[in-house]
Amino acid sequence: MNNLLSIEQLDRDQIERLMAQAARFAEVSDREIKKVPTLRGRLVVNLFYEASTRTRSSFELAAKRLSADVLNFAASGSSVDKGESLKDTIATLASYEPDALVIRSPRVGAAALVASWTGVSVINAGDGTHEHPTQALLDVFTLTRRIGRLDGRSIWIVGDVLHSRVARSNILAFTKLGARVTVCGPPTLIPPGIEALGCDVRYDLSELGQADVIYALRMQNERMHEDYVPSLHEYVSCYQINAGRLAAHQVLMHPGPVNRGVELSSDVADSPQALITAQVQAGVVVRMAVLYELLAGPRVTGGGGAPVAGAASASAQLA
Amino acid sequence: MRRLYSAPTPPATLLITGARLVDPRSGVDRRGDLLINAGVIAEIGEPGLLSAPADAERVDGTGRHVFAAFVDPHVHLRVPGQEHKEDLHTATRAAAAGGYCAVVGMPNTAPVVDSTAVLGSLRDAALREARVPVGFMAAISPGLDGRGLTEMVELREAGALGFTDDGRPVVSAGLLRRAFQYQRLCGGVIALHEEDPTLSGAGAMHEGAVSALLGVAGIPSVSESTMVARDAALAGHEGGRVHMQHLSAIESVRAVEAAKAAGVRITAEASPHHLTLIDEDVRGLDTRLKMNPPLRAETDRKALIEAVRSGVIDCIATDHAPHAREDKDVPFEEAAMGTTGLETAFAALYTNLVIPGLLELGTLVERLTAGAGVLDLPMPLIAVGEPANVCLVDLEATWQVGEAGYESRSENCCFAGRQLRGRVLMTVAAGGVAYRERAFAIGVA
Repeated sequence: MNNLLSIEQLDRDQIERLMAQAARFAEVSDREIKKVPTLRGRLVVNLFYEASTRTRSSFELAAKRLSADVLNFAASGSSVDKGESLKDTIATLASYEPDALVIRSPRVGAAALVASWTGVSVINAGDGTHEHPTQALLDVFTLTRRIGRLDGRSIWIVGDVLHSRVARSNILAFTKLGARVTVCGPPTLIPPGIEALGCDVRYDLSELGQADVIYALRMQNERMHEDYVPSLHEYVSCYQINAGRLAAHQVLMHPGPVNRGVELSSDVADSPQALITAQVQAGVVVRMAVLYELLAGPRVTGGGGAPVAGAASASAQLA
Repeated sequence: MRRLYSAPTPPATLLITGARLVDPRSGVDRRGDLLINAGVIAEIGEPGLLSAPADAERVDGTGRHVFAAFVDPHVHLRVPGQEHKEDLHTATRAAAAGGYCAVVGMPNTAPVVDSTAVLGSLRDAALREARVPVGFMAAISPGLDGRGLTEMVELREAGALGFTDDGRPVVSAGLLRRAFQYQRLCGGVIALHEEDPTLSGAGAMHEGAVSALLGVAGIPSVSESTMVARDAALAGHEGGRVHMQHLSAIESVRAVEAAKAAGVRITAEASPHHLTLIDEDVRGLDTRLKMNPPLRAETDRKALIEAVRSGVIDCIATDHAPHAREDKDVPFEEAAMGTTGLETAFAALYTNLVIPGLLELGTLVERLTAGAGVLDLPMPLIAVGEPANVCLVDLEATWQVGEAGYESRSENCCFAGRQLRGRVLMTVAAGGVAYRERAFAIGVA
């Protein structure tokens, strides 16, 4: 694997291998010294065209725990503000010969496009409303640690599916691992044709009781102004996950940041059934596993700043 | 009045021997010799029997086809204002290389063709630079802003073939109604890009399973078909003459069919890309496959093919839309809409429709020339006494699109990299040789 561009490109074996690696890193994270020298001397560039707190910081922490050097490149305040094209920005960053480029962009397909331009390993940290593969991987990691294998489990993804890259990646990841996924939200926020991803569609929560897992999505205020829903009040009454809707046998997930009082009531967000903090914790070890998989394994030589194979295997042995 | 303009070319004297001549309108479909004398079709005879004047160029057409040359009612010449994408010379070179003997430019340039001053300068430029005859559409509304009408009478007198705000819909039904009323005075076809912007929104591809998977905002079929139905009704009510540009959806085809059945004076076109490619092809987010209207579903494509076959869609138009590399070398949602098409239209349609048996060769030739009839231009015909407008085509030749570059200044071709069959070897437009394929050797008798 040279790049992580989408969950769509992964098969079940690859997802499970990443999960096993993340589990090994989770053990390291329990030690007093949490750092390993695996990627010493490697350079990871974080290129973020959108605001991000947890994704960017957890990629940075993951790279540092693996002893890599990290360069954070935020689009605002940079040459991007002066009108530089994505292609020219990538050419500039590639001249530093990074080993991995983590990119978040408001544009669908941006990570794949960057991968087509450079031999550097590219990790998609969110491309518009397309995919957010490391979020799905950390969600799978969190969920399987809590409830075991996902085969045959019912997972409901509730909210604004139309604008959610998390929803797309998670539908694909959960179904690849054998779960039955149902998406539920206002008809205006369910994209026509979403069934093609292998999920069912519901417009109300009347059958929510059948779910083993409820995955609530963030409901953004601007959707109200775009006439997708008439009011926040009506959204809350139809779709909020609260104590009256969350059954005792169910677990609750959310990609953060939570709009308390909108998609989740505070009591369920803070309940023991909520995995929200565990999701954040998993973010670091899962991103360590992704960096390890892309950078420490035997490499396909692909030009760019690719290190020599000998150095890669030597550092792999240190892990 | 004359409404096509091109640079003077020496009239050809040319004997094409032994080719299959195909022009359904003239009832010609036979092997024979074709003699062009001083730019005019002088004689059609049995193979090997015609003799040529001493100064005639002899072209061996054995195993090849001669078609009535094609007419494209919908191209973007990018002049004035975007000459870095295309100009009259490169656009008409591309047209000639595609077998076209005439093309019609859209007015969405910078500045817009909304005044006789701009139209006059274009006409003059065409008389200097155009390798095949070029006609021009003028805007319906000044600046394409959809707020008022251009000086339609003066624009017609200055040579405008008709009127369109192509690239944009005429959103206001009230304004379009006035345009149809005023058309009684000025004549000229009103051609419409049909799209309801409140339905298409910020969409970048067809709304369906592929857009759902990719997370790209969709352009639903109804954004086109509702406007086709609305504007067909307006044209019918006012007795107007309307032409529907680049149909993409099955619902639009049905709306045109219903309007024709109701007696509306309506014609329609479809593009080679909508007849050969679908939204599944956009999965890889190749920006060369981003156009407006978008590539739609297979059911839409099938309906378009059937409509071309039956005549509900009157003609094929490329919507040739050149773009600079920097407009396409960006993420899909940011990329400019449009594909070039003049150089690949025939081969793409022959390869994807005629070879698999979906369309007769004669019907394809008829629909590729029918744009002339839609815009009241002289029809290219293979008949004695007609001005020579023919193309010589090798249907056996296989080529890879883009491998040898393009005659167009731009390279945003949706068929790039594909293997196509059918290569234009030579084009005669308005009596003069407008194009010879580089590798195609010719001998003078």
